[in-house]
Amino acid sequence: MELVLDLVSWVLLSAGGVFVLIGGIGALRMPNLYTRMHAASVTDTMGAALVLTGVMVQAGLSLATIKLAAILLFLLITSPTASYALASAALLAGIKPDAGHAADEHITDGGADS
Amino acid sequence: MTVIFGIFLLTLLVITAIGIVRTRNLFVAVMLLGIFSLLIAINFFILDAADVALTEAAVGAGISTVLFLGALALTSERERLGTQHRWLSLAVVTSATLVVLYATFDKPLFGDPGAPVHQHVAPWYLEKTPEYIDIPNVVTAVLGSFRGYDTLGEVFVVFTAGIGVLFLLSARRGGPNHRAPAEPDASGIGLREHVIPRVVGRLLVPFILLFGLYVQFHGEYGPGGGFQAGALIAAAFILYALVEGEDRTLAALPQSWLIALMVGGGLLYGGVGLAGIALGSNFLDYSVLAADPVAGQHLGIILIELGVGMTVTGTLLSIFHAFAARDRA
Repeated sequence: MELVLDLVSWVLLSAGGVFVLIGGIGALRMPNLYTRMHAASVTDTMGAALVLTGVMVQAGLSLATIKLAAILLFLLITSPTASYALASAALLAGIKPDAGHAADEHITDGGADS
Repeated sequence: MTVIFGIFLLTLLVITAIGIVRTRNLFVAVMLLGIFSLLIAINFFILDAADVALTEAAVGAGISTVLFLGALALTSERERLGTQHRWLSLAVVTSATLVVLYATFDKPLFGDPGAPVHQHVAPWYLEKTPEYIDIPNVVTAVLGSFRGYDTLGEVFVVFTAGIGVLFLLSARRGGPNHRAPAEPDASGIGLREHVIPRVVGRLLVPFILLFGLYVQFHGEYGPGGGFQAGALIAAAFILYALVEGEDRTLAALPQSWLIALMVGGGLLYGGVGLAGIALGSNFLDYSVLAADPVAGQHLGIILIELGVGMTVTGTLLSIFHAFAARDRA
């Protein structure tokens, strides 16, 4: 039983680490702001969820698990909101979401509100 | 394993510090400062200093980032190039670094039980806390009771800093109608028009307040106390101000209340100290506050932690509002 729990948490933690790594590489390698945010959001959601679940399996049925579950809940609510606020601020600042272009392009003629 | 993790974190810390010095964009510098605070908070935590870690995370990474951004909104985004005394600065920094490096050779090893810091008064605190004060968190016992004078001084430092910022920032604000030119937020700037941050922000505020109160009143049993709780409660109100607008926050908790909190916290702390004298003992001796000395210590620590929390909340929120009001004046 102990071994099974260890294995499950090991798999969860490793998978979470892989997602964090993918998110990190994506944030470095993607061409412009919105695609970079898209890549980095993997760390906030899938990476954090898997790592926290893995730690929860290690902690067993205890107060620590409830605290970890609360952290997970708050993360799942707050990080998409932060992403939304960031993307919205970028749009207001005039960075055009256009996947066809390689790099960020500023809207020049004040067309941010169109 | 802890050592490897520590070395990893300290390396990241150095990289972040170099990044802060190198960047000319002040927004980037502020964000890096937040990361720096989080890293050092993790460092404190793996050194088992949970109370300090909580303070650093709440104040360093949370509140001061917001205050820095508030200050940056009033000035320019770029750092000005002012490098007249470049070689002088370099010489000063280099010699200071060499002196510090030289001093580290005499330092005891990491975790050495024979180090002077573990031989001075610390063993006495650890030994006597269960007898005199009887609370699990020795940090709170030291901070609140054994070294109550120091903490009183810290509260007055926080209070003085708040008064200083208010004095400087409200100096050129004209008359009683300085809030009049508040322009309607039609441009879409500000989060009032944005449903998702607004709903989530409103959802989080009560939980942050609840956690702040938990940290405030659980300080004797776990990491926490007045400083951390004050920062958390101030953070809840700042979040409310960011999503709902500053006017509504000031309507919920007016400036006069904030001043009252600032002053009241210091008065409460000093008053508890004077109560010790009035009951026939020394200043800040809580043992005489109740019939049982240990119960008296508990009561005194709860009261002075409340005073600390009140002053910190009032000061941080006053500074935030001072920056925000300056923006529109």
